[in-house]
Amino acid sequence: MKMTELAAPGLAPSIRSRGRFTSQTSALLLMLPPALVLFTLFVALPLFDAAYYSLFKWDGYGTPTDFIGLDNFKQALGHAVFWQAVRNTLIVLAVSVFVQLPIALGLALLIYEKTPANTLFRLIFFLPFILAEVASGLIWSFVFDGNTGVAAALFHALGMEPVFILADRHWAFAAITLVVVWKYFGFHMMIYIAALQGVPKEMLEAARLEGAGRWAIVRHVQVPMIASAIGVSVFFSIVGSLQLFDVVIPLTNGGPSNSTHTIVTYLYTFGLTRTRIGFGSAVGVMLFVAAVAFAVLYQRQISKGSRS
Amino acid sequence: MKFSGLTMLGAASLLATLLASTAFADVTVHVLRPEVPNTEKAYHQKMVADFEKSHPGVDIAFEYIANEAYKQKLTTLLQSDQKPDLIFSWAGGVLAQQAKAGVLQDISASVTSDWSASIANAGLSAFTIDGKVYGMPVNASDVVFWTNLDLAKKAGVDPESIKTWDDFLAAVKKAKEAGVTPIMVGGKDKWPLHFYYGYLWVREAGKDGMAAAMGGKGDGFAAAPFVKAGEDFKNLVDLQPFEPGFMDTTFEQATGQFGDGKALFHLMGDWEYGTEKQNSVSGKGIPDDKLGTIRFPAVQGGAGEATDTFGGINGYAVIAGAPPEAVEFLKYMTDAENQKLAGAQGLFIPIAKGVDESIANPFFRKMSEALAVSKFHQIFLDQALGSDVGATVTDVAADLAQGVVTPEAAAKTVQDAWSMR
Repeated sequence: MKMTELAAPGLAPSIRSRGRFTSQTSALLLMLPPALVLFTLFVALPLFDAAYYSLFKWDGYGTPTDFIGLDNFKQALGHAVFWQAVRNTLIVLAVSVFVQLPIALGLALLIYEKTPANTLFRLIFFLPFILAEVASGLIWSFVFDGNTGVAAALFHALGMEPVFILADRHWAFAAITLVVVWKYFGFHMMIYIAALQGVPKEMLEAARLEGAGRWAIVRHVQVPMIASAIGVSVFFSIVGSLQLFDVVIPLTNGGPSNSTHTIVTYLYTFGLTRTRIGFGSAVGVMLFVAAVAFAVLYQRQISKGSRS
Repeated sequence: MKFSGLTMLGAASLLATLLASTAFADVTVHVLRPEVPNTEKAYHQKMVADFEKSHPGVDIAFEYIANEAYKQKLTTLLQSDQKPDLIFSWAGGVLAQQAKAGVLQDISASVTSDWSASIANAGLSAFTIDGKVYGMPVNASDVVFWTNLDLAKKAGVDPESIKTWDDFLAAVKKAKEAGVTPIMVGGKDKWPLHFYYGYLWVREAGKDGMAAAMGGKGDGFAAAPFVKAGEDFKNLVDLQPFEPGFMDTTFEQATGQFGDGKALFHLMGDWEYGTEKQNSVSGKGIPDDKLGTIRFPAVQGGAGEATDTFGGINGYAVIAGAPPEAVEFLKYMTDAENQKLAGAQGLFIPIAKGVDESIANPFFRKMSEALAVSKFHQIFLDQALGSDVGATVTDVAADLAQGVVTPEAAAKTVQDAWSMR
């Protein structure tokens, strides 16, 4: 990004003074190397390293020597838990986009206008997002606790046996998606609120004068006007789903029976904690490819949309 | 970062002291280990002071890191220039990984016969890989059924009479009928569940069976005794013996609830004694006269002996390039006097021979006696089999406890991981 911004004005040096050109070049020469070095050191090199390690059976000691080709990839693709993790990640992704975002949009439409009461609600809805992921994971693990938690008290009040939802292989992941929605809807709501406040009042006024009802205004004026904000929020929620890690670890640590792993917790559990650095790298490479593929597709879709 | 004048002054004087002490000392031995309570640090400092007195020119420096951080740092640290000379080790597969990577020192030549004779066999063999000695143990740990005697009385169970697995299953049934939760377990952490599966392996397969499986003979870990161990475990699981929600309970929570008197049994190592008290609501746990320990029961027809034990062996490994003084200090740490002192202070179960009588804690003494007669001491499988296969074992133990895999499938999963290692 930086590079293009800096380089673009320099493309037409002939119409500018020569002095201006050299000062721009020197600025480029001065500022580009640090950024380039940092990018190479902390982004590009580790990336290539991971791709290289993924071809070895390596436990992190010494240098990798046991070349096994694509075996790490084959192993992961043949591992039932890996597919469970992929499935869970897709579930989070779907719930984020199709449940969390509509909730966020609905709330944003209700409270985007600047009134004291709305400010209070905004604050309350935004609070979960401010909490550290690990802290919210821990808080919810207490909520779900069948002995002492809020859930236990609820079941008790209804005269039912307490349910240990995080210990249940079928429901534990549903509990995690609930926490994810709770944690992040406030963030998306804020994006929508900011965008909604930017929609010109005259436009809404005009629509109302034309006889449009509340629903029609939302559908035909407000939502189309904030389409780019919705695009950004969809992008964030998909990338966030692919990277989901720190909420899961304190809640279930991937258990029971490895049923609640996401791709990243799978990588951490089966790659890092088991000192199988080569295997973990292979999973990392696959995740990277998936993320890049998504980003490219998404960009295309967006640019197509803006052209039409 | 900002440094106040005082910190700078402190740092400067510290540096000066360091320079001064290294100027006088010919050699410094760096010992790196996980964090320990202050009582144990004082014990280390006493050994350091005594050793330095009798060895002029030698400096010993202990450094402590938090437990998990220690495990994670070690892989990279051992390959850097900042290598320590002695590191704390849980022995087993991880030690073998380090030996294979060439970061450890073969000290076989320095291990004199009187030194090796003074250490319990199980301990010495834990630090011996392919006939080469890479370190020395300082303590052992032992897994037993900690028993709440009040609840035993309420359930009409006599813990002392439990000798076989069937006796144990009968006791569990009795407790259930009396409305007492039979077993507390921290299933979320998985390793507490592997104590059951692992101990049953030891009982069913015995020393030879374990060696054969690790040596890749026959069906390995998928062989009959390991399947049978899974069936034994299943027989227990079918009785629904654990506290409700055990898969969402951590070891810390489980040990606290056991201390609160919520269950009859807790299968755990010697460290249970301190943590059960510390994590209980009252902070006092179960009073000593209401607390008992019984050995893991024997299994009918199993190849293992009832006296075989399961637990840990901890000590120090010597790093490649460490000076001979490091080995000398290691020898000093394992000598009878220092081992007795640790036993008397209740710091851990010492591993040197003939120091049992120094152990003040009655529960620890009982364990020490059991370890002394044990002909086969199996190290925790999550350590012994290396980090990968070890984690697979704890995974399938948790699956068995939830009844979601068959004993055959569990044994096969472990064998697959072992052969792909």
